[in-house]
Formats: sequence, C-alpha cells, structure tokens
Amino acid sequence: MKANTDSWGASLIIVHWLSALAVFGLFALGWWMVDLTYYSDWYRTAPHTHKSVGILLALLTLFRLFWRATHKRPAPLGNKVERRTSGLAHKLIYMLLILLFTSGYLISTADGRGIEVFDWFTVPGFGSVIENQEDLAGDIHEWLAYTLIALAVLHALAALKHHLINKDKTLTRMIKF
Amino acid sequence: MKKTMLTLAAMAFTSTPALAADYIIDNKGAHASINFKIQHLGYSWLTGRFNNFDGEFSYDADEPLKSTITVNIDPASIDSNHAERDKHLRSDDFLHVDKFKTAKFVSTKISDPKDGGGFDLHGNLTLHGVTKPVIIDVDKVGEGKDPWGGYRVGFAGDTKIALKDFGIDYDLGPASTHVELELHIEGVRQ
Repeated sequence: MKANTDSWGASLIIVHWLSALAVFGLFALGWWMVDLTYYSDWYRTAPHTHKSVGILLALLTLFRLFWRATHKRPAPLGNKVERRTSGLAHKLIYMLLILLFTSGYLISTADGRGIEVFDWFTVPGFGSVIENQEDLAGDIHEWLAYTLIALAVLHALAALKHHLINKDKTLTRMIKF
Repeated sequence: MKKTMLTLAAMAFTSTPALAADYIIDNKGAHASINFKIQHLGYSWLTGRFNNFDGEFSYDADEPLKSTITVNIDPASIDSNHAERDKHLRSDDFLHVDKFKTAKFVSTKISDPKDGGGFDLHGNLTLHGVTKPVIIDVDKVGEGKDPWGGYRVGFAGDTKIALKDFGIDYDLGPASTHVELELHIEGVRQ
C-alpha cells in the first residue's frame, strides 16, 4: 500500500475519465438505440456495441474497486458536510454502476444466450431466475441509468464548484498526473 | 319438491344444446398450442408461440355447426426463443402488454362443414386492444377415449391476420405485414 498521497496516480486518473466517457457514451447510445427502426444500419450494431462496452466497463470498474481497496487515495477536500455527501455520492455511483451491469446482463442472458464482446470473447449466460426477466431487468436498467446520469452531472457540478468557487485542487488533481 | 327438481332438470336440459359436450382445453398437459409465424425480411419464417392461455369449447360431431369456443391468451407469454426479441414484442412497438393485458378469441358462428369434421370457425379476435372478426380454417384431427378414463377431441386451425388491422404498425418490411396463427387445440370432456 502506498502512503497517503496528494495524487490519484496516472492509472486511476485514466480509469476515471475512461469511465466517465463510457458512462455518458453508453447512456446516449442506449437512449438512442431503443428507438431505432428495424431497417436502420445500426439496428444490430448499436446494441452489440452497447453491450460490449458495458461489459468492458464492468471489468474496468471491478479493477477500479480492487485498486481503490488496496491503495491510499488523497484526502477529500471541503467542509465536513461536503466530505460526507461526496463520500456517499461516490459510493452510490459505484453501487449504481454495479446494478446497471447486473441488470443489463440479466436482460440479454434471460434466455441463456451469452453476451458477445466485440466478437472477441463471450460472457456466458445463465438463463432466467424469474418469468419475463428481460422486461423487469430492462425497466430497472432504464431507471438506474437515469439516476446514474443525474448523479454524474451532480458530481461534475460539484467538481466545478470546488474549482471555480472554492478554488481548491479537487478538479486539477483529477486531471494532472 | 320433487316437481321443482324435475322442472329444474328439464330447464337445465333444454337450456343447453341437446348433445353438445363441453370441453376444457388441455393446457395443463400442454396438448394445445398457439403458434405464430411471420416472414423475416422475406427470406425465412420466424416462429413463436404464446405459452399461457386457457379456454373451453362445445363440440358435438353430430352437430358441428353448433360448436362454440372461447380462448383467453396472455400476450405477455409470447415466446420466440430470444429474450431480447420477446422483450421488444411485449413493448409498445408491438403487443404493448402493460396496457393490453389480455388477448382472446370468441367464436360467433361455424360455417362450411367439411367431410373430415372440419369447418370454418368465425369469431372475434381481440389483440392489442383491437377486436376484429377473423375466420379460422379448422381441421378435426381426432376424437375418442384416452387411456386414462377421459374423452378427448382435437383440432388444428390456421388463420392469417394483418398486423396493421390490430393497430400494430412497427415497420418490419413489406414481407412481414401479416402474421399466420397456427392453433392446436385438444379438449378434455368435462
């Protein structure tokens, strides 16, 4: 374990911004692809890409949680209330991510089919636990996604507030290695 | 008292068709199925079925024209052997099962009896909240005692419906505007 530090470290910074890109990309793609018409060029590729990126983000997030548990990280900035709220928000974001991965997986594997990740490898499916699992998992996946995006926007606004109003290092230390 | 009983018995006798037997569709033993098929892009047939339904009918081989049937179908039980497609079929692009929780067929009349015991079955099909008359071409498959002390009769029928007639207008292409329904019904006499 590293000693308590003032820096997040290059790997975590990269993982953070990759995750941010993936989360907003997946949201936009998911929101758009559900209304595609049958003859759209994207009818098959958009869901395939959404699922593939989703699985890769799930793996990245698992790695990130492992890293988080085994490495020291910079102390949170701001007053007590801010530190508590941000801690809670971060935990919620991780929880929403895990639940999104799970619910998404449960849609596509409800019939026992696996999920192909970019024709690269296949995550096996285990079928249904409940009847019409794909419908319930789909509804949950949608609402979790809206919640996560709302929280991510709040997270970004809070970072901007730290940067512009408090003029502290919250944002810059997540950008500079 | 005796007189009342006799009157009731007489009333019961006259109010039901003289010889028509009442049958319940054998969904418990799954000796019935409601299947559908639709063209995929015009290149092949996509088949599926509705897993949950129940129904009953009256049928008498001597008077087939007096037959009646009612079938209730749970549209959410649609099964095309692909969870993502089934999810789409249950969504508001197709069956919209959250809003239209039941589908059913209620017969109105029988016509054109055939030699083998078949006939044209006229009735109203309710699907996606729309009720339209349809005619099902019915063939009788067989009738008789089963090995377990019961009595059964079974039919096969098919009909073709336009999705647009039932308010389903998702564009699946010019070859896929109609769905063929294939019905296999075995009834156990009550």
